[in-house]
Amino acid sequence: MARPAWQRALGVQRVAFVLLFLSTLLIVIPAVAIIGTITVRGMGAVSWEFLTTMPTKGMRAGGIFPAIVGTLELVSLTVVFALPIGIATAIYLTEYATDNWLTRLVRLAIVNLSGVPSVVYGLFGLGLFVMFLGFGTSLLAGALTLAIMILPVIITASEEALRSVPKSFREISLSLGASHWQTVRHAVLPFAIPGIMTGTILGIGRAAGETAPILFTVAAFYLPRLPDSIFDQAMALPYHLYVISTQIPNIPASQRYGTAFVLLVLVLSLNLAAVILRARFRRRRQW
Amino acid sequence: MSQPKLQVEHLNLSYGPFHALNDITMAIAPRQVTAMIGPSGCGKSSLLRCFNRMNELIEQARMTGRILLDGEDITQTATPLVTLRKRIGMVFQRPNPFPLSIFENLAFGVRIHELAAGRAIPQIVEHSLQAVGLWDPLKDRLRRSALRLSLEQQQRLCIARLLAVQPEVLLMDEPCSALDPIATAKVEELIHQLKREYTIVIVTHNMQQAARVSDATGFLLLGELIEFDATERIFTAPRDPRTEAYITGRFG
Repeated sequence: MARPAWQRALGVQRVAFVLLFLSTLLIVIPAVAIIGTITVRGMGAVSWEFLTTMPTKGMRAGGIFPAIVGTLELVSLTVVFALPIGIATAIYLTEYATDNWLTRLVRLAIVNLSGVPSVVYGLFGLGLFVMFLGFGTSLLAGALTLAIMILPVIITASEEALRSVPKSFREISLSLGASHWQTVRHAVLPFAIPGIMTGTILGIGRAAGETAPILFTVAAFYLPRLPDSIFDQAMALPYHLYVISTQIPNIPASQRYGTAFVLLVLVLSLNLAAVILRARFRRRRQW
Repeated sequence: MSQPKLQVEHLNLSYGPFHALNDITMAIAPRQVTAMIGPSGCGKSSLLRCFNRMNELIEQARMTGRILLDGEDITQTATPLVTLRKRIGMVFQRPNPFPLSIFENLAFGVRIHELAAGRAIPQIVEHSLQAVGLWDPLKDRLRRSALRLSLEQQQRLCIARLLAVQPEVLLMDEPCSALDPIATAKVEELIHQLKREYTIVIVTHNMQQAARVSDATGFLLLGELIEFDATERIFTAPRDPRTEAYITGRFG
């Protein structure tokens, strides 16, 4: 005799549950594997010396100091370019723009920018900043390229942050006789800053980890000194990792894993900072 | 009667195809409380928002007619809204302090209008809090978040925030609807005190409240001003049968 319908339903439900749970588990495996392998094999290579000295013997020994500094300088400069433009755009779009074809075009552009492959940004940067504007292979050209790449992230996060400020704040401010700009400046922007910072940090994390955009615009193959100015080339962690993994024979594995570990810690701690900031902001927000 | 503080002449307001106010003409006397009553959707709040031109935040809102503030037309395109809204302030339905400290809430408008700087700001803060009866209970915790106050204190704080920019007219849009009866009574008492210095227009759908706090009352129905007279007269001897029907609770 066949089992009653409710028993079959129960059986199917169990199977579905197990399948769904296993799929979810599957996503954890690569994350744990990547972080685990790199931590186990890379942590040993990291020492004070590794972090603070120049590479030697054709990058087969010594430290990665110039690549760390190069990456930090690169992302700082990127933020200097991307943040003001990103915030300004977000403010314009949320607080001033009316819904017309121009605004829709701008929004379409932003959505599309975030879908462009990073190597295309690299080639674009090479064409515009390195060659056409004559900045050469330099921190400036690299930072501008990365800035364009992370602009959509910053704009989208800032827009969301601005929109989450209640309409009533704007009403109160206007009703007290504040101008439109004063309202944006004093009654909207201050309450959106945590959200904007979260987006910015996520953008920085992305900029710090990308290789393709800096490949043609800033990265030096081997530069055992720090850049003198923003018109100078620089080493950077992701590109350095690419170089020592593929271009240099007979390199000790500890060099590669050590570099990968440093890059991973840098990017993960930026993302963690963004997550913590967002959580604190959500908890504190009471309106 | 002395010159009215606000004179409304043939005021019409529409949102797109919807005609919200129809040919309103009325005079609001200085240093009195004028109440606007009527069922939900009759246009009371819309009328209030004509006085400080907040309706203009809504797209498609169109206003015709004139409103004179001390004899001067404030419906012109050239009217500076910043000055207008400094003179005619608004208290909203829900207490809505900024998520800032008590002090910062009060300093907001003062800084916007550069009414004071440096040490003069705490003075204005103190004056404004005193005017709403919050100075004594709160003077030692001005740095605390305004959101931790009770709803009644929050609403008083919002009134104080408005007084700090030295307005002449206070528009109150159902200022007690989020408050319990005891808090309501206290805010009504405050309104009573404030009319010594300010002209107050209050919108309410609580008829007892209109009867208690106001000197003049207007009854709006479907965008039309059915009757406008001394409060006593409206509530004891209304001339229009619709007013009578409303105040005796037959609809609304």
